Amino acid sequence: MILSILAATPIAGAVLLALLPRESAPHHRAKYVALGISLITLVLSLVVMARFDQDAGGYQLTEEHEWIEVFGAHYSLGVNGIGITLILLTTILTPIVILAAFGDRLPDPKSTNACFAWMLAVEGLAIGAFAATDAFLFYVLFEATLIPLYFLIGSFGGPNRSYAAVKFLIYNLVGGLLMLASIVGLYVISARQGDASFLLSDLQDVDFGTNTERLLFLGFMAAFAIKAPLWPLHTWLPDAAGQATPGTSVLMVSVVDKIGTFGMVTWCLQLFPEAADWASPVIIVLAVVSILYGALLAIGQDDIRRLIAFTSVSHFGFIILGIFAFTTTSLAGSTLYMFNHGLSTAALFLVTGMMIARRGSARISDFGGVQKVAPIMSGVLLVAGLSSLSLPGLAPFISEFLVLAGTFTRSIPAAAFATLGIVLAALYILIMYQRVMTGPLKPGNEGVTDLDHREMASLTPAIILIVGLGFFPQPMLNVINPAIDAVISQVGQGDPAPKTPVQIDDSPAQEGGHE
Amino acid sequence: MFDLQWLLIAIPLASGLGLLVWGKEGDRYGHLIGTAASALSFAFGLVLFVALLGKDAEHRSQSTELFTWIDAGSFHVDAGFTFDQLSGLFVLLITGVGTLIHVYSIGYMAHDERRRRFFAFLNIFVAAMLTLVLASDYLVLFLGWEGVGLASYLLIGFWQHKPSAAAAAKKAFVVNRVGDLGMALGIMLMFAEFGTSSIDAVNGAITSASGSVATALGLLLLLGACGKSAQVPLQSWLLDAMEGPTPVSALIHAATMVTAGVYLVVRSNGIFDASEAARTAVIVVGLVTLLAGAWIGCAKDDIKKALAGSTMSQIGYMMLAAGLGPAGYAFAIFHLITHGFFKANMFLGAGSVMHGMNDDVEMRHYGGLRTFMPITFATFGLGYLAIIGVPPFAGFWSKDKIIETAFGENFWVGMGALLGAGVTAFYMTRLMIMTFLSEKRWREDVHPHESPRVMTWPLIALAALSAVGGILLLGDWISEWLEPVTGHAEHHELAVPAIVLTLIITAVVAVGVAAAVFFYNREPIAAESPADSSVSFFTRAGRHELYGNELNDAVVVRPTRHLTRFLVWFDGKGVDGFVTGVADRLGDTSQFLRKPQTGYVRSYALTMFGGVAVLVLALLAVTLA
Amino acid sequence: MNEYITLSLILFTIGAVGVLVRRNAIVVFMCIELMLNATNLAFVSFSRQHGNLDGQVAAFFVMVVAAAEVVVGLSIIVSIYRTRRSASVDEASLLKS
Repeated sequence: MILSILAATPIAGAVLLALLPRESAPHHRAKYVALGISLITLVLSLVVMARFDQDAGGYQLTEEHEWIEVFGAHYSLGVNGIGITLILLTTILTPIVILAAFGDRLPDPKSTNACFAWMLAVEGLAIGAFAATDAFLFYVLFEATLIPLYFLIGSFGGPNRSYAAVKFLIYNLVGGLLMLASIVGLYVISARQGDASFLLSDLQDVDFGTNTERLLFLGFMAAFAIKAPLWPLHTWLPDAAGQATPGTSVLMVSVVDKIGTFGMVTWCLQLFPEAADWASPVIIVLAVVSILYGALLAIGQDDIRRLIAFTSVSHFGFIILGIFAFTTTSLAGSTLYMFNHGLSTAALFLVTGMMIARRGSARISDFGGVQKVAPIMSGVLLVAGLSSLSLPGLAPFISEFLVLAGTFTRSIPAAAFATLGIVLAALYILIMYQRVMTGPLKPGNEGVTDLDHREMASLTPAIILIVGLGFFPQPMLNVINPAIDAVISQVGQGDPAPKTPVQIDDSPAQEGGHE
Repeated sequence: MFDLQWLLIAIPLASGLGLLVWGKEGDRYGHLIGTAASALSFAFGLVLFVALLGKDAEHRSQSTELFTWIDAGSFHVDAGFTFDQLSGLFVLLITGVGTLIHVYSIGYMAHDERRRRFFAFLNIFVAAMLTLVLASDYLVLFLGWEGVGLASYLLIGFWQHKPSAAAAAKKAFVVNRVGDLGMALGIMLMFAEFGTSSIDAVNGAITSASGSVATALGLLLLLGACGKSAQVPLQSWLLDAMEGPTPVSALIHAATMVTAGVYLVVRSNGIFDASEAARTAVIVVGLVTLLAGAWIGCAKDDIKKALAGSTMSQIGYMMLAAGLGPAGYAFAIFHLITHGFFKANMFLGAGSVMHGMNDDVEMRHYGGLRTFMPITFATFGLGYLAIIGVPPFAGFWSKDKIIETAFGENFWVGMGALLGAGVTAFYMTRLMIMTFLSEKRWREDVHPHESPRVMTWPLIALAALSAVGGILLLGDWISEWLEPVTGHAEHHELAVPAIVLTLIITAVVAVGVAAAVFFYNREPIAAESPADSSVSFFTRAGRHELYGNELNDAVVVRPTRHLTRFLVWFDGKGVDGFVTGVADRLGDTSQFLRKPQTGYVRSYALTMFGGVAVLVLALLAVTLA
Repeated sequence: MNEYITLSLILFTIGAVGVLVRRNAIVVFMCIELMLNATNLAFVSFSRQHGNLDGQVAAFFVMVVAAAEVVVGLSIIVSIYRTRRSASVDEASLLKS
């Protein structure tokens, strides 16, 4: 029940906001209501976390009801360590985003209610997608997230927002349709082998046959690869992120796009292990291309928001690489990466968004010497940037290194090329920082004031988490590890054993069945 | 007590972070707190070191595990530290020299409005550097490794309003990242090969792995070391790094951080012992850098860059020694320590000179400063005597031992090292003459003066250490002290007795000094640098840092830039163009299909009738057939 | 019997040609009615020929639909005439792309 409540709370909040009478700008009732609801959701998610048994690998807090009996769809929720990590990410980021969005100047001030309502709707739908254990329910929620995001981009973005919104929608709909075809295929096959069912647990036992399994896998994978943009399906992201408000970008890149990578782990790997294995060489190559391509393009951008979007393409490459390397290490790394990338990208989008709003331009070449007038903003940007380039001591390093180390045991060339990404990451972040923050103050930047208390309040939790999880990632990893073991054993892939294993007598944590 | 060694790191770290978040109110006390934190860490380090001295040789490696840092899948890393003979020496060097430089900075940065932040960064640097040397796992070492890189980035670019400083900071970080690539891949290889990245475990198990693994590991770690220690081919950042405040150059880019590469090689002695090829690579890198750095040092007219070239060269010596295997490890560390003393001393001395000369770094604008800055001159002079290797100063003992060991390895390597000693004497003498001796060349509005006492006391302390640092070699103490870490070395018999070699080295040094006196004391020195076209090829190449930047530019920077531009174009026109192209073709098709829609009812009706007729005919055909 | 069918065919053809060639909306409309009635005639004839009432029922339906259609259609024509002062179908070609 608790998962349903968790997902329903923000949805109910969105409905409430939509019903609230519109008001003109000076009153912020809608904003505070939205913030309050997102905080309640955060508390609820912590309750879920507390009731979650960290040592068990399977799905917990499950609930299951018949939904559409004709084709065996269930309303079925449950979380494992991966799902709860991402739910936590969602519930942590939403209040941050909402608080940061208090200052957004919307094209139409009267639509404040709608803007925050849509944000809450995204949160609720994303939580639902992370918790769904029924393929049909997952599909519906996965596609439903497009609606609020479409309106968030199309109604509240920059001058070119309609183009960006339509592009976003079409790309994702195409992926969704391919997935729908696979969903139909799942129904046909599971119906042929007995009672039709979309439950994850039932589908895992279905024998699809090699070719069918591959086709079904490709349908799912296409949708996820567009969502968590994998080269060459990424071009919608920079356009969307370049036009959306910072808050929308965070929700899109940090939360909703994670449904794509989450789907790869939960649906592609668990339903179609053999097909995933079959496709993995190609996907690994595409992931490595994404890493390098995204990074190189980020270096070449002049628009800060597009730059961040391309860094995300690069980071999603790492996540996907880790998933399809099929080792417990890399998969745990990928899962943690989803969480950390969410935090670090959120911080980057939000702080640059505040900067861009003050300057009235997103072009790097329009900035210069901002550090002088806004030292705190510059410090936050530096920390967020350093986390994006995976500096050790900040959270993303742990996950990136786990991904690379795991991949290295599977494919040395893939890991080596991917590691080149860390050099390029230093380039795109530091060049941007250098051009924006350092040097003499460029004319036109005098109006860039430092962060105010509200803005600091919204960014501080993200920064604290980024630093804290860099030194103490274990609380997250403890949640993730058991689920990873379960997934990997489902895929039927084990970790390659060290060639010259070293016996370590004083570390009992080394044990644990990874076969 | 050794369980508390994390306090060594925690004290400066807490102070650094605290100073950063403390607002403007902290400006009055920031520098004092920062210095106190460093001093406290030094005091505790000293206590630990004395305690270590009191133990037997077998119990001198004291490890502690704080917590499990990462445990995911089959990957396991503990946040553990080891205080042993090697890291103990480093702790003293880092916190000791570090504290002196903190004190010096109180005076040097007195007029900088961001002084509190400067001390915060220095503290963070000390904490990161201590993490690096105390780490008992390569990944924890990597944490410190990147931490010092970050501190170095922040401090080189401390004067951010100067575009050159910001560019230099970025360059340092990026070049270091290339080295980190090697480090990261090395750690991954350890993990894949041994299932662990614990320093002890890896170095212990390396002999049971295949030789190619050892070589690969050695080369990857060497790449990391090259980045951090500014060795060829990743040397280009160090000279630019002189954009940072001078205490930073002294602490980070002379005494401690840049020597981390040497520490890494010595600490990974198991790996390098197991691979002849990797050791040879270290020797080659060390030798090339030694000569290249000395060359650059001869040609630069900027006092800090001349010293930076010298630093490169001296680290080349250390690398060379480290590449010599067990015979050289101890001497590499020995030279590292003495170099830490005398080079920090000279950098601070240079800072003191700049302080009196309105922050001018051009040696050609100096001259005759000995009477205006007696203390700076005297302390700098001691550092000078130490670096060129005049007995009995510190550098003499350490460099002598390295050259001796190099001759034991290979005649030509020894000759290279010997040549380096001569060139060192030449460029340092040149620097002394141009700065303190010769006639005054500064402009009227400059009023050279001695620095305040808060700056001269650290100079005096470091000068004293430069003078007596050789004491560590007394009775081969340092070799024996480090032997449990570095392994036992069988003694090479040299072709000539050691004392003869020492005399030869001293003679070469004397020749270098004489040559410099001959060239620079004969006629007055021009107050402006001669144009590139009027100097010899050697000077020109040295001034351009042996064209390292040009090479990087041509081989890496420009191709990357072109690739980036091409990809930006390709992404728009190719990848996205394909998709929008599909959409456009769809649009064209619709345009074409639009044509028959005339809007006339008649034509629609005719279509309808035609359709019906076709249907009827089709039905008829089906039924009749 | 064939005569009825022949008449129905002739009426239908006249109607169809009228729809295609006339421009006046009213005439076009009348031609459509003519076609409808031609089919009605065919329905009734076949109904008689087969000896059951299906065709007559269908004819009633057609009449009802035709009546409804006249109401809607004529009102459209009238309103078009009011706005355009013309009942020519060729002038109302707004659907042209």
